[in-house]
Amino acid sequence: MPLRLVEEWLHSCSGCEIALLNMGEGLLELLPGLEIVHMPILMDHKYVSSQGEDGAEPQLSLPRAEVGLVSGGCANEEHRELLEEIRAKCDFLVAMGTCATHGGIPALTNTRGLEQTYAEVFAAADHGQAAVPDQGVPRPLDRVYAVDELVRVDLLVPGCPPNPVHLKEVLTALVEGRAPQLPTKSVCDTCPAIRRGTIEKKEVQRFTVNADYDPAQELSAMRCLLEQGLMCMGPVTAAGCARRGAPSCIQARVPCRGCYGPVRNQGNQMMDMMNALVSGGVDMKTIVDRQGLLRFSGAHNRLRKRARRRG
Amino acid sequence: MAKVITIKPVTRIEGHASIAIELDEEGNVADARMQILSLRGFEQLVQGRPAEELPRIVNRICGICPWMHHLAAVKAVDGCFGVSPTPTGHLLRELCHALAFINDKILHFFFLAAPDFILGPESDYSVRNIMGIAKADPELARRVVQMRQLGQMLLDRFAGKAIHPVAGVSGGFAKPMTREEREDLLGGCQTLLDFAGFALDYGKEQVFGRYQEEIQELGVITTGFLGSVDDQGGLAVYDGRLRLMDPEGGITDFSAGEYRDHINEAVLPWSYAKAPYAASWGQGFSLDLDQPQGIYRANTLARLNVCDFIPTPRAQAALEEYRASFGPRPQYTLLYHYARLIELVYACERSLELLADEAILDPRVRAEVIPGKGQGVGCVEAPRGTLIHDYATDEQGCIVRANMIVGTTHNIAPMNMSVRQAASSLIRGGVYDESLLNRVEMAVRAYDP
Repeated sequence: MPLRLVEEWLHSCSGCEIALLNMGEGLLELLPGLEIVHMPILMDHKYVSSQGEDGAEPQLSLPRAEVGLVSGGCANEEHRELLEEIRAKCDFLVAMGTCATHGGIPALTNTRGLEQTYAEVFAAADHGQAAVPDQGVPRPLDRVYAVDELVRVDLLVPGCPPNPVHLKEVLTALVEGRAPQLPTKSVCDTCPAIRRGTIEKKEVQRFTVNADYDPAQELSAMRCLLEQGLMCMGPVTAAGCARRGAPSCIQARVPCRGCYGPVRNQGNQMMDMMNALVSGGVDMKTIVDRQGLLRFSGAHNRLRKRARRRG
Repeated sequence: MAKVITIKPVTRIEGHASIAIELDEEGNVADARMQILSLRGFEQLVQGRPAEELPRIVNRICGICPWMHHLAAVKAVDGCFGVSPTPTGHLLRELCHALAFINDKILHFFFLAAPDFILGPESDYSVRNIMGIAKADPELARRVVQMRQLGQMLLDRFAGKAIHPVAGVSGGFAKPMTREEREDLLGGCQTLLDFAGFALDYGKEQVFGRYQEEIQELGVITTGFLGSVDDQGGLAVYDGRLRLMDPEGGITDFSAGEYRDHINEAVLPWSYAKAPYAASWGQGFSLDLDQPQGIYRANTLARLNVCDFIPTPRAQAALEEYRASFGPRPQYTLLYHYARLIELVYACERSLELLADEAILDPRVRAEVIPGKGQGVGCVEAPRGTLIHDYATDEQGCIVRANMIVGTTHNIAPMNMSVRQAASSLIRGGVYDESLLNRVEMAVRAYDP
């Protein structure tokens, strides 16, 4: 019997779904073992069932499945309703991608809250004449949630986007009825750059100059970007992005910004990174946007609304 | 209102949308709308961030076209910081833009749209998808999967990440190209150009030839168009001037920085996506099918309608054949697909042109960047339409204001019109079924929202 699969995207960008497609022929190989019963990007199953019945409120419902894959965080009433329905109908729920596991970039709005965000977006439009749309569109929640804040999740597969190799491993393992093998270390543990144990500059350099390296040489001949004085979040970020023997941003000679979330699921990338910098003798005040160190993991109340200043 | 038909979610599109069709007592369409159901607030969440970080944040607006947001952002930040990228920086950015364009066209045409045509709009929903194509025509499916994968991996190998890229930076690019990398890309792009020729022939024979009636009828509305052109009026997708064409064919060219003089954004109370319209026409904004006001379209159909020619030979030949069949600026909504395949050919040819330029190997990939106060408008043609990022920074080079007009949003108003046109002409006397509602969705899918 093929494994029935439900896939849904919530507060997301579709990058996770494109990562699924980036399995390439690996996806074709998986297809005989999978029966996709719901996946809006690829197939026409609808979650609203009572189509056009007189006077009836449309009901949201999904078919039963062994596996549910959910990308995106949860930011409005419909996301929550969908998420609860997926949890109810799927035996095994996978939170796919960093928005689902830690809020991702959209959780940066958590410092102002969603109500204020919506008000600001529409206040700016049409010469300030417009109100926030309210006809048949789902109401926002107070903030952006990771999915495990609202329902029980069986497996977290972070990444922005997640590595197609790991997505394939997860689906293959589920088809074969075994536990998937996924990385547990940090980005630095997968990085071939040269580390000497000392950070050369005591001020954090903004990425307005390229790293210092010889493009004719392998990555293993390049000095660690953090030790060069660039902000690189490899030490506090979960491994998983590495392909062809190196983390993917490092392959572009660009420092890590933490898109796989914290190394330990409950970790705090901002606090951990500041600790790492301070112990390396770096002046923390030279970080221009400290909040930005939580840009991928602002859910779980890591980023929150500041109390309004009086006066 | 007697009844509301809900299509939720609209499927085989990139985003989160639904369709509501209101029927009157006789079962005819009283109104129909397309709703965009979510809002993430990127214009707000970027405030206070160092501007040079934006290309790595706003790429998350779209996982299908992250390169477009990435590149519109690097251009806007260049403007804020007053920096001119090195010539090679521009070449590398444009190459990545073209490669991302190629992958997007293959994805949309074959994975999202083609099941309606290859398997037929009436085929069962459970097989009317790429998995159904894999069963019906495994050779075609395998080739399409391989070609899309080839394009994605060319970008992945050269730029580190194909999805949510990082290699474009203010001032240029983060790494130079080696000779070996160029060889890899040249070989891949040649293979993709061959495939593009196959895809266009396939489209002409299997889709546009077979579905003449649908092309003439489904979702057809009359609007203006927006796209980008080079100094000679040729199609431009990475850099150019904007060209706004009114429904009668009159054109106005302007630079991206002047967009506010021509385009305003309306708010539809039933949708979280704003609806840009041509304010400079002085008509206001109306979705009335017989008397639309201020409505223009973007994306492939629009770009091919506003350009005078395409600067690469095979795509130009295809454009001439297309115009001979459908006229100089057709309004047929399903022709978005045909135009998409012509742009696929163009993007492959353009990639090869860029790779043939020796300057692309120059190690001077990034100009000096000094963060500071300024303003910048960055614009590229995204697969779904003209993409505009407009930022302002403070003395520290941090964002104080951001406005983004995303490709798809130009088509919000016209998609609402096409949905109403399709629903009204298809649903009579309360009679409809799943395959008929799928035809309404086909009118949306053409826009590739």
